[in-house]
Parts: sequence; C-alpha cells; structure tokens
Amino acid sequence: MRFFLNGIHVPHRKNTASMKAVRMPSPQAVTIPMSMHIGKAAKPIVKVGDRVYVGTLIAEADGYVSSPIYSSVSGVVKGIVDVTLPIGAMCRAIKIESDGEMTPDADISVPSVSNKAELIEAIRKSGTVGLGGAGFPSHVKFNVPEGKNVSELIINGAECEPYITSDTRTMVDKSDDMLYGIQRICDLLNINRVIIGIENNKAEAIASMKKMAESDSRIEVDVLPSVYPQGGEKVLVYHTTGKVIPAGKLPLDVGCIVSNCTTVAAIGNYLKCGIPLVNKCVTVDGGAVSKPMNVIVPVGTSLSDLFEFVGGFKGEPYKVLIGGPMMGQSVESLDTPVMKNTNAALALTKAECKGKTETACIHCGACTNRCPLGLDPRAFMRAYRCDNVEELEKLRVDICMECGCCSYVCPAAKPLVETNKLSKAKLRAYLAEKRAKAELENKKFGEEKKNG
Amino acid sequence: MAKLHISSSPHISSKRTTQSIMLDVVIALMPLLIAGCIIFGMRSLLVVGASVVASVGSEYIFCLITKKKNTIFDLSAVVTGVIIGLNLPATAPIWQVIVGSVFAIVVVKGLFGGLGQNFANPAATARVFLLICFSGTLAGGVTPKLSSAPDLVAGATPLTVMRDGGELPSLLDMFLGLRGGAIGETCVLAILIGFAYLVIRRVINFEVPLIYVATVFVLSLIADNSFSVALYQVLSGGLMLGAVFMITDYATTPVTREGKMVFAFGCGLITYLIRAYGSYPEGVSFAILLMNILTPYIQKWTAKRPFGGAKV
Repeated sequence: MRFFLNGIHVPHRKNTASMKAVRMPSPQAVTIPMSMHIGKAAKPIVKVGDRVYVGTLIAEADGYVSSPIYSSVSGVVKGIVDVTLPIGAMCRAIKIESDGEMTPDADISVPSVSNKAELIEAIRKSGTVGLGGAGFPSHVKFNVPEGKNVSELIINGAECEPYITSDTRTMVDKSDDMLYGIQRICDLLNINRVIIGIENNKAEAIASMKKMAESDSRIEVDVLPSVYPQGGEKVLVYHTTGKVIPAGKLPLDVGCIVSNCTTVAAIGNYLKCGIPLVNKCVTVDGGAVSKPMNVIVPVGTSLSDLFEFVGGFKGEPYKVLIGGPMMGQSVESLDTPVMKNTNAALALTKAECKGKTETACIHCGACTNRCPLGLDPRAFMRAYRCDNVEELEKLRVDICMECGCCSYVCPAAKPLVETNKLSKAKLRAYLAEKRAKAELENKKFGEEKKNG
Repeated sequence: MAKLHISSSPHISSKRTTQSIMLDVVIALMPLLIAGCIIFGMRSLLVVGASVVASVGSEYIFCLITKKKNTIFDLSAVVTGVIIGLNLPATAPIWQVIVGSVFAIVVVKGLFGGLGQNFANPAATARVFLLICFSGTLAGGVTPKLSSAPDLVAGATPLTVMRDGGELPSLLDMFLGLRGGAIGETCVLAILIGFAYLVIRRVINFEVPLIYVATVFVLSLIADNSFSVALYQVLSGGLMLGAVFMITDYATTPVTREGKMVFAFGCGLITYLIRAYGSYPEGVSFAILLMNILTPYIQKWTAKRPFGGAKV
C-alpha cells in the first residue's frame, strides 16, 4: 500500500507531447547571461571582438557553486551587456553576433573519465545545471561527500506542469544519452538503484523508459498518478521511495539524489561527445502562439527570435512565461533570453490566465487540504498581515516550495503563493538578524570574560 | 504589441469561486424545496421566498449602512435564506420568517465581520432563535397535505410521537417525507439527491454527514436496543437536513478533513443527548451551535503537520 501526498488536478494541455523537437537555425545574435544557475555568476573571459565558436568557453565558474558557460553560436563577441533575467533581476551577459555558420569549436574533445573525481570534473566542465528549472550546478549535486551513501538515484521525468513536454521529448528521443549518463554516474558513484518517476499521462515516454530499463538491471520505471506537483523533489522522493526528507534537509540526507531526466541526458551527451550544454529543448506553446512546438534553441536566443521561429503570435499575448503556468515567471520583455534551465516559453492569452477577483476567505480549507507538504497558507497570510514572524516560523513557512496548489484552488482568489514568498523572505531576514545579534552578544560576552 | 502583464505564479487557476460554490449549494437545495412544495403545499415556496428576500435584502442594507462592499452576489445570503426557510414549517407566519432571516444575516454573520468571519452557523442560530421566541407557531410540524397516514396528529412530528407516544408513520413515509416537520427536513430522498450532487461537485466531503448520522444511529442502537428506533431517529427531525447542509458549512467548522470529522462526531453526540434526555424534542441546531464554539480548538488539535517538519 502506498500513500500519496495531496495535490491538485491541473489541466494537462500537453499539446506538443508527440512533436519531435525542431532545431532552430542560428539567430542573428545571442545574449548569454552569466547567471543561469544557483550560486555565483560566471566570470566572462572573452572581450569585445573575440572570435568564438559553438562550445567555446566564454565564462568560467566563479567558485565552487557556479558553472562555466560556453558560446552557443559561432561569431564575434559584441559586448558585455546588462540583461534582465526572468526573475526580474539584472545580470551581466555576453552578446555574440552570429555568423550563421554554427561552426563547432575545434578543441572539443571527448573527456576521459575513469573515476569519481574525473566524473565530477567532467560534469562541471559540461556546464550542466539542474534543467528541471532550479539550475543547481550538477557537479555540486553529484559530488557526494565521503561517508554519505547514495541508495537511490531518482530521475525526475514527472513533468507535472501544464503545457511543458520538453522532458517528455528527452525521454522519447534521447534515451540513449540518458542511459549513458545514468550508467556512467552509477558506475562511478556506486549507485545500485535508479528509479525513473513518470506521470501516467506520458505513454510514449513510459514505453521508451521501460525499454531503456530492460538494458540495465539497476534501472526501474515508476509510473505515478498525474497529480500536480508530482515532480516536486520532496514529493517525488516520498512517492518513489517512501522516504521523508526532513525540513531544511536535502535528498542526500535520506540517501537519494534527484536529477531531472534532461540533466542526465545532457551529462550523458557530454561524456559521449564532449559537447557542453549550449542548446536547450524548449516547449513553445500557449493560446497566443501560432504553431506550438518543441524547439532546440541556442542558449541566449531572445524570446522574440524564438516566437518568430514558431510563426509568431496568432492572438494578443497577455502574459509571456518562462517555465510552466504553475511555477514559471512572467517576463516583461521579449528581449529576455532563453537560458540553460529554460524548459518552456509560453505566451498565454487573457482567457487562459486567471481572472478571478479576490473575495473574503470562506475557510473552505482547500488551500491547506490540497497542500502537498501539509502547510496552512491561510494561517501564513494571517500571520504575514499581522507581521507576526514568530508565528510564521512556527507554521514552517520555510518548507513551502511555492508549487502554487493553494492559489490555484482558492475560490476567494487570495494571493497565497505571493504571500508565502513574501513571508519566507520576511522570515529569512528575521532569522539573519537574530543570528547576527546572537553573534554580537557572544563576542561581547567573550570580551567581557577576557577582560575579567 | 501591448504591454505584457507580470504577476506572481501561478498564472492559471481553477474555475471555482465562492459564488460558484454557493450556487452549487443552492442547486443542491432545490430538490428539498420541490419536495417541500409537493408535501406541504405551495405556501412552502412563500416561506422560503420570504426568507431569501429578507436575507439578501438585509445583507444589502447592512453593507450599505456599514459602508462595506456589496457582497450579495457571492450568493451566501441566498444559501442562508433557503436553509432558514427549509428549516421552518410551511405554516410559519411571514413576519417571523423575516425576523429570523434578518437575525441570521445581521447579528450572526454581519456583526462578526461578514462571510467567513462568523463563528456560529447563521441558519442553525436562526432556527434556535425562532424556536425559542416563537415556539407556539414554529416548533411543531405540519401535517402533510399529501399523506398516506391520514390519522397523523396535526402538529406532531415523529420525534414528539416517539417521546409522547402515538402512532408513527411507516419507514417508507419517513423516507419520502410524508410526515410532520419543517419544509425541507422531511423528504430524505430529496436530501440524498442534494447530498450526491454536493459530493460529486466536491463541495463537501461525504464522510462528514455520514459520521454525523452514524453517530446518532449507533448511540440510539446502543441505548434503545432497537434497530427500527435507531432508524426512526436518523430519519426524523432535521437530522438529515442538518447533516448535509448545516454541519458542512465552511466558515463555522474546522478546515481540515480530520477536524470536520471530529466536528461531525461531536454534533452527533450532542444531538442524541438532547433528543434522549433534553426537554426539546429536536437537538440538531443546538448541537451545531455548541460545536461551533469548539471549532477553534478542534482546529488546533487537528492541525496538519508540516511534511518532514518534526523538531530535530
């Protein structure tokens, strides 16, 4: 008997699931942000006028939690500019004018990997980050500290967000890359069990993964109900293994590594051919898009170039999203570039976006009863509005993964996720201040002691 | 191109609104009203209509006086009005109906901050209020116009018959609603249709009414040691109406599923105690009111545990 966490039924709208990804020709120019991952922004190592090729290193990782960046086109560096990221923050970016040739860098070579250290270095060099959307540098995730044991590698193929099918296409079209990546990782990290978690609405992907699993006894496929947020890390670990990740801990603390299927495919591709992460399969869809499809896009391509490639808009876009409609970010400009971890670019019409007006809370309990992590968004909102940070801490607002279930179901259209985000920020600031105060006290106390 | 809109995620939402939930409840109440009209005559419509008009009207005027946003279109006042009407006998004097509705909307709901802020169930409170104030005209039942038991004592309900002695209507009559009582409470068949609709539409959890009815049934079975008495207990009075439409109110019951179950059990317990030992023949509304007071505590005891949030 297995137990499932709460969740919600969202419309699937997987219009592009059966469409093989189409490679987009080189745009005239790409603007590649230096911050496409969690951690420190990469450091540009090229200057204006430099000639670069597809796969040329243009920025190196700045520190351990960072990731190197490669050119996605062949051409000439035009400048180091500022660009607005989907989250709204500004970031440095390298603008490269393409020559349209897409000439690969002559120095690309297959890495030789025979032990764990070499594997981690290869993953770092591949520029791979968490492609499910978070963008956590993969070499950090797979660099299991000594003494920690990994019993399961969980491959996230849930793809629970509406519209998005880029992971589905990875599982269908790139199962050989995935298999190679999984096998090398398992061999060198000594992992004996791999679980591929897929929602049951992806028949083609399930068939492809089951076929792949036949070739390696370590791999098994777990078909899960299509309940959002099936792909949430804690949710997926619980559903596939029954393990509960304690608040504030990582999957590694319960012996698991969770990696998106496209991430392992990218690693596999690099280990096989030495081509770093310079393209990303992006689902282009939404009611305002003329011809929804999956597109293989050079990183740094602007959204306007991408939408133009799929035939432009057939209706007035009301919101343009990077990522899915449940957790994606709405962008203010089509100049926003496609990044390593972009899995969808959606142009939604007004009719598709929520149009409810906020009314009084009727205490229906839908938010808390649907929350996969057992939280009470109604109580967060009350505590936030009263500025009661201690209460927010007690209610464990820090656990919230902002999946959006509460806001989605709320009949009173309360901005619950928005409040959760603000509450988390408020709690973080409060805890930081508390820590700083405690440190100061400690220091004072120490000095007093010293002075007798 | 027009300006793109920016907001926090999620960017889509379910179709459900407060208004659509209330509309579902009104739809679910319609079979009861129709059954009431058939069983007790067309005056039922007048009683329910009066209570709806009084509820909506008093909400509108209350919003106007207190300078609040007009909330009559959330339809919650309509729901309160229909439930109050269905809780009264078809012979109820209209002015008393209006007093009850205004009391429910203004005193029980409005003064506590409006929809979602009231701690007591407006319809249950109004029923208790009317029962105490106008027990002469509103407490008893009315003989059905349509009845296969013509010897039924006028004004007697099966509950008073059980208490004071007399002949009870058959179980089939009880199920179809051919017995004395309020407009909406007698026809169990109509209530079950409404129940099925609300469960299918996911407005209420099926186990809440079930636990309530089962609690009364089991207690009666133990105390009275008779299957048919227990069956009469659950089929009579306002128990079924209360089970489906009153103890499932959102604002005045705990929010978690577990909490709602505890609430339903408590209501069942109090209902039976009042019926068995109290001086009133009926205990549904009193039970709801008493449990409303405990709601915040039940909520606290049954609060969900954050996933992996145990103290380390």
